[in-house]
Amino acid sequence: MYAFTYHKPTSARQAATLLAKKDDAKLLAGGHTLLPTMKQRLASPSALVDLGACADLKGIVLKGRNVVIGAMTTHAEVADSAVVQAAIPALAYLAGSIGDPHVRHRGTIGGSVANNDPAADYPAALLALGATVVTNKRKLTAEEFFTGLYETALEEGEIITKVSFPLVSKAGYAKFRNPASRYAMVGVFVAKRGSEIRVAVTGAGEGGVFRWPEAEAALKARFAPKSLDGLKHTAKGINGDIHADAEYRAHLIGVMARQAVAQATGK
Amino acid sequence: MSATGIGAAVRRKEDHRFITGQGRYTDDVNRPGQAYAYFLRSPHAHAKIKSIDTKAAAGMPGVLGIFTGADLAADKIGGLICGWMIHNKDGSPMRAGPHPALAQGKVRYVGDHVAVVVAETLAQARDAAEAIAVDYQELPAVVDTATAIGAKTVVHDEAPDNSVFNWHLGDKDATEKAFQAARHVTKLDLVNNRLVPNAMEPRAAVGDYDAGEGIFTLYTTSQNPHVARLVLSAFIGIAPENKLRVIAPDVGGGFGSKIFIYAEETVCVWAAKKVGRPVKWTADRTEAFLSDAHGRDHVTHAELATDAEGRILGMRVKTTANLGAYLSTFASSVPTYLYAPLLSGQYDIPAIYCEVDAVYTNTAPVDAYRGAGRPEATFVVERLVEVTARQLGKDPAKFRMQNYIKKFPHQTPVIMMYDTGNYGASLKKALEIIDYKGLGKRKRDSARNGKLRGIGFSSYIEACGIAPSAAVGSLGAGVGLWESAEVRVNPIGTVEVLTGSHSHGQGHETTFAQLVSDRLGIPIDNVSIVHGDTDKVQMGMGTYGSRSGAVGMSAIFKALDKVIAKGKKVAAHVLEADEADIDFADGHFSVKGTDRKLDFGSCALQAYVAHKFNGQELEPGLKEGAFYDPTNFTFPAGVHICEVEIDPDTGVTRIERWAAVDDFGNVINPMIVEGQVHGGIAQGVGQALLEGARYNADGQLVTASFMDYTMPRADDLPSFDVGMTVTPCPSNPLGIKGCGEAGAIASPPAVINAITDALGHEDIAMPATPQAVWRAAQKSISRQAAE
Amino acid sequence: MATVSLTVNGKAVTANIDPRTLLVQFLRENLRLTGTHVGCDTSQCGACLVHLDGKAVKSCTILAVSVDGASVTTIEGLANGDKLHPMQEAFREHHGLQCGFCTPGMIMSAVDMVNRRGNDLDEKTIREDLDGNICRCTGYHNIVKAISAGAEAMAGGSLKDREAPRHAAE
Repeated sequence: MYAFTYHKPTSARQAATLLAKKDDAKLLAGGHTLLPTMKQRLASPSALVDLGACADLKGIVLKGRNVVIGAMTTHAEVADSAVVQAAIPALAYLAGSIGDPHVRHRGTIGGSVANNDPAADYPAALLALGATVVTNKRKLTAEEFFTGLYETALEEGEIITKVSFPLVSKAGYAKFRNPASRYAMVGVFVAKRGSEIRVAVTGAGEGGVFRWPEAEAALKARFAPKSLDGLKHTAKGINGDIHADAEYRAHLIGVMARQAVAQATGK
Repeated sequence: MSATGIGAAVRRKEDHRFITGQGRYTDDVNRPGQAYAYFLRSPHAHAKIKSIDTKAAAGMPGVLGIFTGADLAADKIGGLICGWMIHNKDGSPMRAGPHPALAQGKVRYVGDHVAVVVAETLAQARDAAEAIAVDYQELPAVVDTATAIGAKTVVHDEAPDNSVFNWHLGDKDATEKAFQAARHVTKLDLVNNRLVPNAMEPRAAVGDYDAGEGIFTLYTTSQNPHVARLVLSAFIGIAPENKLRVIAPDVGGGFGSKIFIYAEETVCVWAAKKVGRPVKWTADRTEAFLSDAHGRDHVTHAELATDAEGRILGMRVKTTANLGAYLSTFASSVPTYLYAPLLSGQYDIPAIYCEVDAVYTNTAPVDAYRGAGRPEATFVVERLVEVTARQLGKDPAKFRMQNYIKKFPHQTPVIMMYDTGNYGASLKKALEIIDYKGLGKRKRDSARNGKLRGIGFSSYIEACGIAPSAAVGSLGAGVGLWESAEVRVNPIGTVEVLTGSHSHGQGHETTFAQLVSDRLGIPIDNVSIVHGDTDKVQMGMGTYGSRSGAVGMSAIFKALDKVIAKGKKVAAHVLEADEADIDFADGHFSVKGTDRKLDFGSCALQAYVAHKFNGQELEPGLKEGAFYDPTNFTFPAGVHICEVEIDPDTGVTRIERWAAVDDFGNVINPMIVEGQVHGGIAQGVGQALLEGARYNADGQLVTASFMDYTMPRADDLPSFDVGMTVTPCPSNPLGIKGCGEAGAIASPPAVINAITDALGHEDIAMPATPQAVWRAAQKSISRQAAE
Repeated sequence: MATVSLTVNGKAVTANIDPRTLLVQFLRENLRLTGTHVGCDTSQCGACLVHLDGKAVKSCTILAVSVDGASVTTIEGLANGDKLHPMQEAFREHHGLQCGFCTPGMIMSAVDMVNRRGNDLDEKTIREDLDGNICRCTGYHNIVKAISAGAEAMAGGSLKDREAPRHAAE
């Protein structure tokens, strides 16, 4: 790691002030992406603003028809939350499938969303559930927020404060893990809210998380795994690496989508 | 059998320190005034070094010294060596290029050592290394094993076509004749995938220099500290052996990769004198991936000839083995004498011919990794045998049974004289464990669920207990492969055993103590095993090749015999009897036919007080040493059967059942032996399903961390059903054959045979990843549709 | 430099450190608690596991300054004086270790698993929950057995296989 100065504000507002004052400062949430990158000397922020003491960024509440999760809430807290388990069980399941138990004790929803790793799980949930990313400056829909590989609409000095998930009638998540890293090689989140169906795919897209309109249309007719039989995602725009080429990943999108619907429908 | 003697599942004596965090690994060693080394490594697979400018770096904070290959050369520090001479078919010696510890003029693989910075802190050393300006002239890289020979790029001028050697074994003419007489010939092209050993403890070294005494001390992650001292002393020229102490404290796994003498430890111990401070280096995981010696990497064409009755007539094998950019310590022995002599497997094969091309490439050096040559041989034999059975329409178990060697001793056509075994017994037992009879139903059940189930056999044999020194000497080894032991009995009867073997997970502190407890009839807690320090232990050869039981314990056995013989002399004086009338059993010396006896501890005390005998006729004291040189290799063998279920929709292969029946001869501690089998199987399953080191065409290692290189994890593996059969080894006093490598040798073909059984065709390579299996399954489905 | 105060294995420690000091470095180098190991750079192997305020975390991926004020338990702090923790005992009893390098992390992971999931752990759960711990020696077979037995022992039960089960009538 290169040297940096360290700051630990106690509120999002303080954090924003620090962030604005320091050139080339970075926010530290759970640190499970940033610190390994810094260890490899692939990132060299001059200052770290640690959000760990910002109590206003933590917590899970049901607010009307929305589950609102503070940015610094860990994956383990989301997975174990009675509120999330009751309201959107698939979201709790997803959080409980991220990384390993020890990573889940540190990694946060805000950190994951802000990083927008193409193999991260949360982006699929946000996109499929139609979540809103709330920052210290504004509110963004998931579509607006995720703009490309490791890229988001976040501007300089902007801090995610919470993510708000509207309730759905049914949802499911299935992923195929990368055998080595255990990140999502393909992850599919399906959600049904009234007649609206959303199918979001992570791990596979050259440009990060994306929706699969053909599957959404097929599920609109009938929300059942069978509706997806024979439906194949094109390999175009799907990324490939030593573990899975585009053709195989594209195939897995279909398989994972069926599994996700099966989970959502309890079949 | 006593509760702590031979054959008992004694809980390990060494465990207390490990489970309480008190183990002492090399990186746990901290010397006063210690500085830190950081190695600047080549980012290129192949390049000329036009210049290295260290000026800016040298002035950076905390920097104590920056050294390059020129500094080593100026101090007359020699290059790293390969200790096994292989001769070409035409009798000429192998072509070996120089292997400097720090590059001289050229780098030959990504991770090659360009310079070292020693600084007050690791961060400062790394900061300074980034400020070193190296002017590289990049050269094209040769990476691919199969096409390295005659490639445009030459790795070493000494080997102008990249051929290290072209070697052969067996009778070519007899083999040709066997094939001419054959009714059926099975042909296979096989790749034995390159692996990274990945002991969980990364390599590390702490060099220290005592200027007053002129003595160097090296703490290092070694499986054989004496061999390291010998090489560092006699060949590299750090210091004479009496001025160089090598300590291998607790070592966190080796699997072969810590046998070798590496650049980093050489440089650390040398640099300690240069900077006048202890120098520590610990690999991070990516450095380990880049610079630990890799394993396997063979490309093979193999053929098996059978007659009309299905008897095997002959085998011919042509292998290209990738040895990487430099010859590591024992690299040349692995694809030759540790490989081809095992091609007879457990079968009576009248004629075998094997030809091996070893090649240089711009990749990390390749050397012994768990099994070393024997897994590669077993993969060839067991894939050939399985496919032959299938092509002949024979049950693979019956086909094996038909061709097993049944009479011992058996001379194979490829050097080895198998001493004993009962291969059929192992197969029978394994078939029972796996419930072979129920396979048909299990296959149908899987099919009903849309899954493919398959079963795969592997009848492996290995040559362990390496090795008779004269035999390996005649085959090109630069060292003898005996082992040493010293048994020091203290005056109150406690015992220290100094062994040249080295434990890095094998549990020697327990099993060796069991032997002593058993032989001397003393409590196991009265026995301490000392290893891993050249200042304490007499010359020894270390631990690899499943040799510590068969060779290391045999040396202890021999020394214990001498202790007992001396004890009898002492007891004769004390008990006032004739020496010939003294018996020793259950910890007591006694006079035949009387009730007069002396317990072992009292005998030890009498030996040291020396009151009861005349010092001229009997020396005081009770301490004996022995060197044991085996008379033959040992031949552990067994049968592993693997049952898999494949999900054709995802390509995921689940191992549903695993039966392992091994004949390791006599077993000292079944709990530890089973643990060795489990670990070996896991590494073999890793090779078959998960692991593979991959270089791209530019010679960049694309699998250089656990993010990309798939390590077997708990949920990749099943529980294993382990059974044993026993035919005691006739060539050593304990009847031990060795167990450390068996699982890794047996398992890859068992897995691949099971997958190909499930798929219904042979077209799958290791590692059989979900993607590869999915694709192969699609092929099966489209074939079935076409039929 | 930054000041960090922690409770480590029940003892208060305060030190002035470079902010880039990882928790594992702080434990190993400043406190010389070398039972916590480093086996990878990518937060995957789990050799560095410690308990942070009672939860297992990877100390190679946490800045020491970040956890100022927290309570850390390392493998050295798991036993109660000379009395081994039941999970430590179970690893020895079931030969759940060979070279010992991954062992501290495995044991800390196992105790955390019991804390999260209770004392009755089946093989599938144990294997899946060991996602974040890599062992190269044992093939996991005996680690799984050790964790199952250790979990049971943590509930106060006796270790499996240790004594022959007694009949109710006895």
